[in-house]
Amino acid sequence: MERVAIVGVGQTKQERNKVYETFADMVFEAVQQALHQAGIGIDRIGNVVTVSNDFWDGRTISSMAVNDACGSYDKNISTVEGDGTFGAFYGMTRILSGAYDTTLVVAHSKGSESQSSHITNAMFDPVYLRSLGIDNITSAALQARRYLNRYGITEEQCALVSVKNHGNALLNPLAHLPMRLTVPQVLGSRLLADPIKLLDASPVSDGACALILAREEVAREITSRPVWVRGVGYSADAYHLGDRDLADCDALVQAAGRAFRMAGIHDPRREIDLVELYDAFSYQELLWTEGLGLCGRGQGGNLLESGATQREGEIPVNPSGGLLSAHTVIAAGLIRMAEVFLQLREEAGARQVPDVKTGLAHGVNGPCGQSHCVWVLGI
Amino acid sequence: MVPPYSPGETPAKSGDQGGSLHEPYPALPEGGVMGNRVAIVGTGQTNHCTKRLDVNGTELIYEAVQRALADAELKMKDIDGVIIGNMDHFEGINYVDCWSIDGSGGIGKPTLKVTTGGTTGSTLAIAGAHMVGSGMFEKLMVIGWEKNSESDTTAAITTAFDPVWDRLVFAGAISGLAVQASVYNATTGATERDAARVTVRDRRHACLNPYAHLRKEVTIEEVLSSPPLADPLKLLDMCPRTDGACAVVFASESVAEKICPRPAWVLGTSNRHLYTYLGDADYSGLPSLRLASRELYRKVGIREPLKEIDVMELYLPYSVAGLSWIEELGLCGLGEGPRLLWDGVTDLGGELPINPSGGVISCNPIGATGLIRCAEAALQVMGKAQLRQVPDVKIALSSGFGGCWWSDLLMYGVRKPA
Repeated sequence: MERVAIVGVGQTKQERNKVYETFADMVFEAVQQALHQAGIGIDRIGNVVTVSNDFWDGRTISSMAVNDACGSYDKNISTVEGDGTFGAFYGMTRILSGAYDTTLVVAHSKGSESQSSHITNAMFDPVYLRSLGIDNITSAALQARRYLNRYGITEEQCALVSVKNHGNALLNPLAHLPMRLTVPQVLGSRLLADPIKLLDASPVSDGACALILAREEVAREITSRPVWVRGVGYSADAYHLGDRDLADCDALVQAAGRAFRMAGIHDPRREIDLVELYDAFSYQELLWTEGLGLCGRGQGGNLLESGATQREGEIPVNPSGGLLSAHTVIAAGLIRMAEVFLQLREEAGARQVPDVKTGLAHGVNGPCGQSHCVWVLGI
Repeated sequence: MVPPYSPGETPAKSGDQGGSLHEPYPALPEGGVMGNRVAIVGTGQTNHCTKRLDVNGTELIYEAVQRALADAELKMKDIDGVIIGNMDHFEGINYVDCWSIDGSGGIGKPTLKVTTGGTTGSTLAIAGAHMVGSGMFEKLMVIGWEKNSESDTTAAITTAFDPVWDRLVFAGAISGLAVQASVYNATTGATERDAARVTVRDRRHACLNPYAHLRKEVTIEEVLSSPPLADPLKLLDMCPRTDGACAVVFASESVAEKICPRPAWVLGTSNRHLYTYLGDADYSGLPSLRLASRELYRKVGIREPLKEIDVMELYLPYSVAGLSWIEELGLCGLGEGPRLLWDGVTDLGGELPINPSGGVISCNPIGATGLIRCAEAALQVMGKAQLRQVPDVKIALSSGFGGCWWSDLLMYGVRKPA
């Protein structure tokens, strides 16, 4: 199979409320940055995949709002609805099919124009669940409680994730909530839905992210430092929360398995140097590190406490600050890919981790991590 | 040759735009043609109707998927992945790929959602072609669906437009299409009677299609005397709102002919989603279709579409599109659409039958509509269209329409692409 590389990325700053910017403004900024970094013009872009969500945007056909801004006029274009990592996957297949040399992928999200609770309530079954008021936070609380109970993970361990990631964000000028926190501060923050407290939850942020994919030959023409797609996989789990054991994450295990097989990775803990994962809540970082095979089942808390996932650790997780420090819902996974790209190219500025050769980026769709997408990128 | 357009024929909005539409179309920097061969090996449709009160959305999807699997003689365990799409605001359900997974069969499989409004169905088909063409999937289930009876269609469509500049003046799909109809009639001298001929054709064809929603012939006089909606459009000029789902199995070259002895090979895809704002659109025709079709013809090597293409399944949401848009596809010159209709060229039995399924005027489950065009075109190539079969189909074309005057196209052939 032909190799595909990322040759440029662009991110807006992730903020509470970009009140002066429309969806199109954010997308234009991210696309311009990605083109600038790749050192190419829009004429070199063969086709475009946008990623957006009609509910979050309050627009049906939400992609229509960014058509002009993403530069797709007179080009082939399509739209994925879901996390940006899934859009990037479709963008990659449009190259591998032989149809295009390059794909521009751009995702945006402007949570400040929405009510998160209403939007995520609309994910749930309209007959049996929606009227209970369940949303992303309360469903996550069910998952957190199950996970904590089953494996003896403590709220302190979850709080430590928050302390780590908000601390990492201090070095990321694009992050929304850089904070110097302590475990007692997290534990003492306002209870949202037991056991999730305010500082265990990610904020809702505004932002956009773009990246440019290219086939091998074209990637080498564009840049001397392409970031190669070594492996990618995604998979979906059952919908009804009662149909799953929420302390498992089978879909993530499957997605990671596919990505690792494609990349030829046998021992992710040793072979991967850095991870950017979808920590919408603090407990999720622990659960997802298990699903990614960085530790055994129920060992997420121990892995964290060992210090291995700290910036200076053996396998840093979310050196950007993760979603806990900036959650641009639809763009969040694509930002994970962009962050891994920057780390691999040693262009991550103050948040640079030394000696990163292989990085992993992760995105999530649906309630309690129903669907996962895993990318293994390498320099 | 494809009839060229000159600025004199079509009122160009700006010099820049008029210039870009000229033939010969400049070669794109891209290779353009699919590197890996992909075929359609199975299709399934629900029995479409106004209200499917007997099923919920997930069950509706399940019905189409089961029929596609039966058609391809496959089981869900044989399928490597699922792509699904609809328009969220119609049913009011967010993350449809997640919600519908019991019906789509996507549990434990790579599942993602593609959506682009009215073009969703055709966008799904294009996604199926590329994702299988990538070599990462052998057999992919592609699903489009809509349960329009659960929605207020016009209210939902209206939110597609900019809340500040466009939304307050946009009164749904019908009024926008009425503007195009008025411009077309004024420019070319076409009449409401000409347009009625399109409805008569599609509704007659629909009587041969067991899955179509409106299976009853209408006459020219009935169309002309039907209740007015937005001048010059009347009830029978417009498509209905339909509940329905469609599923199509795309397969790679390595397995396609083992599954289906005469698969429909995808020869190429192309699309254009040109506009964001209503005010930017060129209402004199459908430039997105003109541009997309010229790209696709060039990729596949079609020089005389009327002669070389054997059947078309077009997303014609209303009657006048059946006149104007076939001109944009290069089947005839500007203003010559009515002549093709009255001469019976586009009827079953004519030189180039259009919409033997009955088309969108007879059936419109929006998120599925573009994919039904794909499925019906594939059935024609596979020789499985039964009563509505066009004899000896070698090349077929399907289209999608939606968004802010957007177009998608796919072409299929009985022979493997070179």
